[in-house]
Amino acid sequence: MGFPHKPHPKETVVLSQYFGDADARTYKGWTKRGGYQALAQALKTDPVAVTDIVKESGLRGRGGAGFPTGLKWSFMPKEKKKAHYLCVNADESEPGTFKDREIMRWTPHALLEGTAIAAHAIRAEVVYIYIRGEFTEPWTIMEQALAEANAAGVFGTIKVYLHRGAGAYICGEETALMNSIEGKRGNPRIKPPFPAAAGLFGLPTTINNVETLAAVPHIITRGAAWYKSLCLSNPKSTGTKLFSVCGHVQRPGNYEVTLGFPLKDLIYDMCGGPPAGRTLKACIPGGSSVPILTREETEACLLDYEGVVERGSMLGSGGVIVFDDSADMVYQIMRLAKFYAHESCAQCTQCREGTAWTTKILERILAGQGKPKDLDLLLDLAENMTGKTICVLSDSCAAPVVSGIKKFRGEFEAYLAGKRQVVMV
Amino acid sequence: MPDQLINLTIDGAPVSVPPGTLVIEAAKQAGVLVPHYCYHPGLQVAGVCRMCLVEIEQAPKLQIACATTVTEGMVVKTQGPAAKSARQSVLEFLLINHPLDCPICDQAGECELQDFVFQEGRQGTRYGEYAKRFNPVEDFGPDVLYVPNRCILCTRCVRFMEDVAQEPVLNVSERGDRAFIGIHPEARLDHPWAGNVVDLCPVGSLLSKDFLHKARAWELDKTASICTGCSQGCNISLDTRDEVVVRVRPRPNLDVNRYFICDHGRMHYRWMNRGDRIEAPLIRRDGELQATDWDEAFDRVVGILRGAAEGRKAVALVSPGASSEALAEAKRLLSGFSWTGAFQVVMGEEAPLAGVPNLALRAERAPNATGAESLGYTRDYAAAIAAAKTAAVVLVLDDPDCAVETDGALLYLGTVLGSDAPCRRADVVLPIANVAEEEGTFVNRDGREQRYYQAKPAPGMAQPAAWVLGQLVDAMGLAGATR
Repeated sequence: MGFPHKPHPKETVVLSQYFGDADARTYKGWTKRGGYQALAQALKTDPVAVTDIVKESGLRGRGGAGFPTGLKWSFMPKEKKKAHYLCVNADESEPGTFKDREIMRWTPHALLEGTAIAAHAIRAEVVYIYIRGEFTEPWTIMEQALAEANAAGVFGTIKVYLHRGAGAYICGEETALMNSIEGKRGNPRIKPPFPAAAGLFGLPTTINNVETLAAVPHIITRGAAWYKSLCLSNPKSTGTKLFSVCGHVQRPGNYEVTLGFPLKDLIYDMCGGPPAGRTLKACIPGGSSVPILTREETEACLLDYEGVVERGSMLGSGGVIVFDDSADMVYQIMRLAKFYAHESCAQCTQCREGTAWTTKILERILAGQGKPKDLDLLLDLAENMTGKTICVLSDSCAAPVVSGIKKFRGEFEAYLAGKRQVVMV
Repeated sequence: MPDQLINLTIDGAPVSVPPGTLVIEAAKQAGVLVPHYCYHPGLQVAGVCRMCLVEIEQAPKLQIACATTVTEGMVVKTQGPAAKSARQSVLEFLLINHPLDCPICDQAGECELQDFVFQEGRQGTRYGEYAKRFNPVEDFGPDVLYVPNRCILCTRCVRFMEDVAQEPVLNVSERGDRAFIGIHPEARLDHPWAGNVVDLCPVGSLLSKDFLHKARAWELDKTASICTGCSQGCNISLDTRDEVVVRVRPRPNLDVNRYFICDHGRMHYRWMNRGDRIEAPLIRRDGELQATDWDEAFDRVVGILRGAAEGRKAVALVSPGASSEALAEAKRLLSGFSWTGAFQVVMGEEAPLAGVPNLALRAERAPNATGAESLGYTRDYAAAIAAAKTAAVVLVLDDPDCAVETDGALLYLGTVLGSDAPCRRADVVLPIANVAEEEGTFVNRDGREQRYYQAKPAPGMAQPAAWVLGQLVDAMGLAGATR
């Protein structure tokens, strides 16, 4: 459901069915709508069998990486020697992404139910729900919902903590998130060890995104086969996904579609396309960290993990940022780079220095002081910032720069030739 | 028995190492130094500088040698184009905000940034004319200055204070390229082992105030020695310039002090450079000590020893900082007498390094008390002083403030004469070398015999105490006497 819009006929409404329905927020309202039946069913099922159902459904991580969820769960030690932890990544900070926020705002119990099922499947004793610091309203709602759920005994003996972030983008990275919960600086950790071996407090941990967990109850009640059947293109991408559309469209918002849905239809049909008189220029399909698509690529792109890769980008978090022909791509890319320069945790050399240097060069180009070699320098820096650091923040800064220069080189060259200068507002 | 060794190839050289070895350590065994900054064998792995990226066959991308453990059949390449270009780019990134003030930097000449840029870096910069990041110098503690502009944020200092000293007063403050090493606003870097952060810093960012602008690294001569600050026996290097000790640094010994020394030991060197030394043998002539040559001085000592009646008492009051060799010769020299030997140890506060077992600045502030004890010297100094009153011969070894009074002959071997010290009443004064001027052995508190070497010449005619006493033993015909 495209809250605040009415659902569009082309949407497949599963997760967003109750967006805008305040009564669904309460425990009572949620159970009235069939909530917590999946949990009851799961608790009667062996944890391994629950994991197998999720594996069979084809559900993949909705936080960005698209790792198969059931497979991730199965990485937890078979023989239980230590306490198991479940982390819920509700630190949705990827620019252009606001789907988890809506899940927590409208259907907090969907998340809690999915969380309880996951905790059962991985045999976790403790759950941490790490909520982005800026999410004031979702925080209040989640607090309330958790209190209700605990009062109703949803989690049994499992201890659930809500943990509030302090505003760092990097804390959405799973190991940085764990450091943050542990009270340390939110720096990503070197892997291995992976969380399933040594995660939060050094104990076996599974970490899942909000949207991923919210999908789990549906899979339990309606079955893996049903979920698997939700597929419009590649069979490796199943189910529905929320796409947060922002930028130059007439009706921005969250839209839920079956994976494999054409990006073109999302932008034009559901969101009404660019404002009147404007044409589509470019699109970032998966949150700010993924390569930019041109109009042609956008219009040919199918929204699933493989389809977007085929067009040269990534599905990522599903944050669709749309640019029309009024957008200054050089400025947009500078703005993205500046974000990463600001958010770099400062551990790895390439990221700490590279994000800032990239930003400086882009600012210099915008100010009309670019040098002929700047584009080659930017591309070389981007190459040096890709695949060489602990986490992918550095890669994320490089991705829009590389794709931007490749696809919109003319705009950069206009600045370099002094034919264009930005009006900084 | 250790497990089966793991076999791998590094730059074409086959090596076999125990399981769990890090690639960077295995590479050392293959004779390959993988350039690195954040890695230090005495600290926890951080994996942040990304300098040690190497190619590993079958790995999809470059891996950091400091956090990758060896596997059977692994093929590591450090000199491929991908690894070389990754290192070059890290160096370029590290240099964009570095002030390049090497001419006035204490680290110059022993700086890993200099070394690896020289070895691997680009010609020239592509950074352009941007202003570099600037932060003022900060006073971190009694001996440590922080120069943030030179910092490469390897976090060795942070990890040392956190994991080894276990007094986490340092941190990384701010983020991105604004980051710097911060200190807790209410804390000082005054932990008894804090000085190690200066050694650990691979660049000139953490500096010792004591060594500030004192010498250029390439002017220093380094000599393996043993710290005399306490009974731990930390392995050190005495760094001298123009025959003056200007700095003490730790020398790695995994069994004694790993990579560290305490600040007490680090500062315990100025006395080695004292100018008020005894430079010639002195004998009492006409009631006054007068300079002479070694032959006459030896003759006088032999005369005194021969003149003393057989079977009478002799007392040796020695410094627990004397070498085992000197202590043994002193005992042998007096072997014809009814012998008492004793030493006294200055005591202080014990200061352990929490993260390393059995490593502390020991309360016993002398390097060779165990060696002296094993040779038969006792800690009952008061009894020895009392016995000295009626002894025929009293030998004082390097203990100028020793409150000795005797009716017999007083022989003093020392480096200095206190102005109104009892040793000024000696019949013979023999000038000896100090620890920096001789070679010898100390036995630490755990019974470990450790050798130290000569770092600079002794002044004037001074000679190592072991040599002086050995000459006397020969002259007395006691060379065969048991010790």
